[in-house]
Amino acid sequence: MNVKPINELFKKDLVVINMGLESFADNLKDQKVKVLQMNWKPPAGGNKKIASLLAKLGR
Amino acid sequence: MQKILVEKDSYYDSVFLMLINKEVKQFKGVKDAVVSMGTEVNVELLKGMGLFNSEIESSTPNDLIIAVEAEKEDVAESAIKAAKELLNKKKSQAQEGDEYRPVTLDKAVEMVPDANLVVVSVPGNYAAREVKKALNKNLHVMLFSDNVSLEEEIELKELAEEKGLLMMGPDCGTAIINGKPLCFANVISKGNIGIVAASGTGLQEVSCSIDKFGGGISQGIGTGGRDLKNSRVGGRMMRMGIAALKNDPETKVITVISKPPAEDVAEKVIADLKKTGKPCVIHFIGLTPGEESGNIQYARNLEEAAGVAVALSKGETYKPRMFTIPEDEIEKLVSQETKNMNSKQKYLRGLYTGGTLADEAMIIFEKEIGNIYSNNQTNPDLVLDDPHVSKGNTIVDLGDDVFTVGRPHPMIDPSTREERIVKETEDPEMAVMLLDVVLGYGSHEDPAGAILKSLADAKKKAEERGGYLSIIASVTGTNGDFQGMDAQKKKLESIGCIVMPSNYQASMLALKIIREVA
Repeated sequence: MNVKPINELFKKDLVVINMGLESFADNLKDQKVKVLQMNWKPPAGGNKKIASLLAKLGR
Repeated sequence: MQKILVEKDSYYDSVFLMLINKEVKQFKGVKDAVVSMGTEVNVELLKGMGLFNSEIESSTPNDLIIAVEAEKEDVAESAIKAAKELLNKKKSQAQEGDEYRPVTLDKAVEMVPDANLVVVSVPGNYAAREVKKALNKNLHVMLFSDNVSLEEEIELKELAEEKGLLMMGPDCGTAIINGKPLCFANVISKGNIGIVAASGTGLQEVSCSIDKFGGGISQGIGTGGRDLKNSRVGGRMMRMGIAALKNDPETKVITVISKPPAEDVAEKVIADLKKTGKPCVIHFIGLTPGEESGNIQYARNLEEAAGVAVALSKGETYKPRMFTIPEDEIEKLVSQETKNMNSKQKYLRGLYTGGTLADEAMIIFEKEIGNIYSNNQTNPDLVLDDPHVSKGNTIVDLGDDVFTVGRPHPMIDPSTREERIVKETEDPEMAVMLLDVVLGYGSHEDPAGAILKSLADAKKKAEERGGYLSIIASVTGTNGDFQGMDAQKKKLESIGCIVMPSNYQASMLALKIIREVA
């Protein structure tokens, strides 16, 4: 079982991208963790059909 | 009088909107209010409430809806204005913030090329595609969102396995990686115990108990609740977590926590643990513990899992016990708590915010006295007809979906539990109220303080009826948490609550009292 990247993570400082609830990013900042809050929005304006097409295209 | 405002292309996260919603509802003269995004579910909900118009009908998940029902038009208008002000304040705070906020993961990675973990808490139906993107960029993932399908979970975990990455979740509320609490987690001393857990509050209770016993943790990996339960998921993340802890030089003891696993998955996990060569502790919540064998020990409850792990980490032998307080003091507490109860008082009311803690209490009571009513019951005869109304001995998990539609989890917003406490107060048959108070990041800033008045009132009402209400609680937290364990404990004790060192001990004390009066 390959878990090398997990053991590498254990040796590094966490650098987090937070996608969603902003309070999670605030809590990480409070602990001096480098974190980037995304301004996530439902893809394709929430239109499911277009969103699934985009997903298929890998976008 | 109804007023509805739909703001196109204006996205806010659901927890934030629920908190705004609560404030608008409390506005004087407002009968009902909904502040939410125009998702299918929310649109249906509004339709059902009769708070509806054509604009809502055509809204999308990207559109903000503020709908207010009030006694007068001007009240409705001011309520909408107040909601908008709160939202605008948030927006300007975000704009004032230090950095640009990217919309796509591609852009985010461009901005922080050294990123190594993505925390995903977007609505469940969008989550899988975002996680897939993250894994394909070789980023570890903590997936907090629920409502991710089993098929998606399997696909994502297969991809994570192929790449050797963490994919903690879905519905993973707690993790501690490199000493940093993520989402709902506590500040725990650093140490040499590694935990892999398929239960969020289970991980919180065990890690906090480890801290209380003078131990510390190296890593706390979450897997999501289905990881071991479902044979097709096959314990993939648990097994990868164990393999990583095996290789980790900082980890001397491995602790594994899960709700009852599928049999074939349990076998694989136990085999993996044997192969680590490190001392291991297993607690499968609700299952009879196995026999100690080689490097594997079993614990009977969450606190014991912590106790055994700490003993092993210090090269000591764990001495099994029920209470950490001397037996004669426990007997004193039981007589102190029962002596003023009246003959009508017979029943337990467990009002929980943590799902696994509720399960742990339920399992203890089921085993000892049987017939516990709950919304979490697996026995259909004992599922509460109305989860909002207790009967006999009842233990409810107030974080369950039936209680949280359109409102935040009770760990974030204690008002759901406060309302329930007020309701229970009217029941003369209640003898013991059993509570959990969960601290840490993610949780409310003062969970004990928020329910204190309702608890004091409940005690007073029982006295007015010529009885006495016993309130037993435990605090899942540490003094490193921003709420402070000792401070929270003191608050509860100030109104006569008995605060026990763990959920297990609180449940056992409550059980002794119920046995005495039933």
